[in-house]
Amino acid sequence: MSANQQTSNYSGRASSSYDEVDYVAERGKPGLPSSSGKKLARGLGWFSIGLGLAELLAPRAIASVSGVSKSRTGLIRLYGLREIAAGVMIFSQENPAAGMWSRVVGDAIDLASLGNAARSPNTNKGRLAFATANVAAVTALDVICAKQLSNGDRGIHARASCIVNREPDEVYSFWRNFENFPRFMRHVEAVQDLGDGRYHWVATGPAGMSVEWDAMMVADDPGRVITWRSLENSDVDNAGAVRFERAPGGRGTIVRVNIEYNPVGGVLGAAVAKLLGEEPEQQMDDDLRRFKQILEIGEVVVSDATLYGTGYFEQRPARPASADELERAETLPSQTGTNHRSDDRAEGRMMQP
Amino acid sequence: MRATCWYGKRDMRVEEVPDPQILNQQDAIVRVTSTAICGSDLHMYNGFVPTMKAGDVLGHEFMGDVVEVGREVHNLNLGERVVVPFPIACGKCGFCQAKAYTLCENSNPNAWIAERLMGHSPAGIFGYSHMTGGFAGGQAEYVRVPFADVGPIKVPSHLSDEQVLFLSDIFPTGYMGAEMCDIKPGDTIAIWGCGPVGQFAIRCAFLLGAEKVIAIDDVPERLKMAQDGGAETINFDEQNVYEKLMDMTGGRGPDSCIDNVGMEAHAPLPIMAYDRIKQAMMLETDRPHALREAIMCCKNGGTVSVIGVYAGFVDKFPMGSVMNRSLTIKAGQAHVHRYMRPLLQLIENGDIDPSFVITHRMPLEDAPHAYDIFANKLDNCIKVVLKPDWNGNGNGASARDQSYTVVH
Repeated sequence: MSANQQTSNYSGRASSSYDEVDYVAERGKPGLPSSSGKKLARGLGWFSIGLGLAELLAPRAIASVSGVSKSRTGLIRLYGLREIAAGVMIFSQENPAAGMWSRVVGDAIDLASLGNAARSPNTNKGRLAFATANVAAVTALDVICAKQLSNGDRGIHARASCIVNREPDEVYSFWRNFENFPRFMRHVEAVQDLGDGRYHWVATGPAGMSVEWDAMMVADDPGRVITWRSLENSDVDNAGAVRFERAPGGRGTIVRVNIEYNPVGGVLGAAVAKLLGEEPEQQMDDDLRRFKQILEIGEVVVSDATLYGTGYFEQRPARPASADELERAETLPSQTGTNHRSDDRAEGRMMQP
Repeated sequence: MRATCWYGKRDMRVEEVPDPQILNQQDAIVRVTSTAICGSDLHMYNGFVPTMKAGDVLGHEFMGDVVEVGREVHNLNLGERVVVPFPIACGKCGFCQAKAYTLCENSNPNAWIAERLMGHSPAGIFGYSHMTGGFAGGQAEYVRVPFADVGPIKVPSHLSDEQVLFLSDIFPTGYMGAEMCDIKPGDTIAIWGCGPVGQFAIRCAFLLGAEKVIAIDDVPERLKMAQDGGAETINFDEQNVYEKLMDMTGGRGPDSCIDNVGMEAHAPLPIMAYDRIKQAMMLETDRPHALREAIMCCKNGGTVSVIGVYAGFVDKFPMGSVMNRSLTIKAGQAHVHRYMRPLLQLIENGDIDPSFVITHRMPLEDAPHAYDIFANKLDNCIKVVLKPDWNGNGNGASARDQSYTVVH
């Protein structure tokens, strides 16, 4: 993974740092429209208002449930007002990040108060612990959601690079044909050219679910850079940029890819996916490796162990696969460009015993 | 078909597995006539190589006949007899074009695993763990050989299997170990480890112009074979290697040292105990005693050539000795493709007959026994060749071939 400083220039715009990829500026607004983060924020907003009303109208019940002294009803009513204010804030803003951060501050105050209450003799320790656990869980959700909504940290940002032993123009041309993507992008099933620089993508999301979106090419500088981004109403909001640069010493072309997306299931979903071995940069590294293989040797290399994929949990033993196993492996994008069914091997030669 | 499968530490089983298929169009299927167990297979046998999976087919030294080729294979014809190099190389990436075949960028689909452990990935290797690709190996009746136009070398029919089989690994590996020493006429070369690779390193060092070769081991029959190859020997059980080497070289040390031993070195007790305990506690993956000693013994400004296999991390590495005494360390998995043709020429010329190293020949079915005697140095074992068609007449018309055609 390289983090080179780079001063590439296209369409008259200079980018001073590789981190500030051009497609971000191209979208006019930083970050992606974070629909999943917004959904979570709305849920937490309703939770704020509900809890706020309860605290305001039934402070004694709240005190009883959370195990704190019933003499604290005044403070609980104040906290209720705070909750309602946070909820209103979330619903009143286009980007509810500020509302979410105010919830995080409120959570901190709640936790401090519960901690304080634990020292008082008039508390039910069991209930207090239960309430504290609940607030802690909600705090975690609030922090995740707030981070997701905040500028600069909206979703997953992955980058990878490789050197392809080919001229930049050739490497660019292969990438420029988006319909080639399924041959090397493991999670992309199909890309269809809709004309006018628009493309329809179909990809596999977590747990094998299918996700689709339309995307448009944003910039296209032959031999140098291609950027794209998803349009409104996408299952997965995303944007990407790929740059091509002649490697020093005429040693081929450096390909640098930057992809940003809001993962299906939000940041939580991404964390779960990561635990299951679906790491975005890992996947992109592998995608680029296959891209390089297709350009340099004409096909994607498969070993016995990687018939189902290269992930840790996908490895099968390094031994020849049975016909059944090969049949199952055939649906893999990693198999694109190769074919092992005997009818497709007509041109291959076999020895007659 | 029958294949030798790894099931865990010292648990090898010969069992029925599916026949290999063409998966990439540059593949060939080779019917194995001879295959060997390599010293590096013992690292897996002894459980020191990470990323193994139960059921992996081992074996990276093999030869045989081409029985099937993919659409994009143009240099090989059916029925041709070939020796297959152990590294898998695409022939088209920058490293292959620079003839650094074991650094091929395209032949390891599991490169990411190797990158985590080593920073970058080497090439794929037949039957040698998942981090070098997860390719089924050649201790089997058939093997799928990727990039069939790049690796396999055709061998003339007047040379026997046993004369050419070791072009697949140990002969080129021993040769590269010696070549990395940049031997000048009159040089004295010290060689740690007199296993099969060490035996070839001894002979190649002489071929490359060494005047004196000193071989170090503690197995009598191996030391004897080294002496037969013209080397003087040191038995490290009986003598202090450093003192003896200094005595033999007038206190200057050998001009170059070759470590053919790698990660499972045996050493005098206290050092051995130290490394074994650290290895068992996973504080170091490799026991680098031979490498440490080679560095300490090498003359000022000399070269230490590392051709023995290391997998991970070593401890107490004498970097001060390397730096202050201007040593050069060269290392690598042998770029076998580079050496096969010139070494085949040496065999054809009669300059060397690699079959000298073979001590045992047996059917593929006996592979578990072969691993046992090779690993434990029983029955004077130095090198085992396995024959899949032990009872056949050698022309491949065995019962397996019938089943093979049914699959297609």
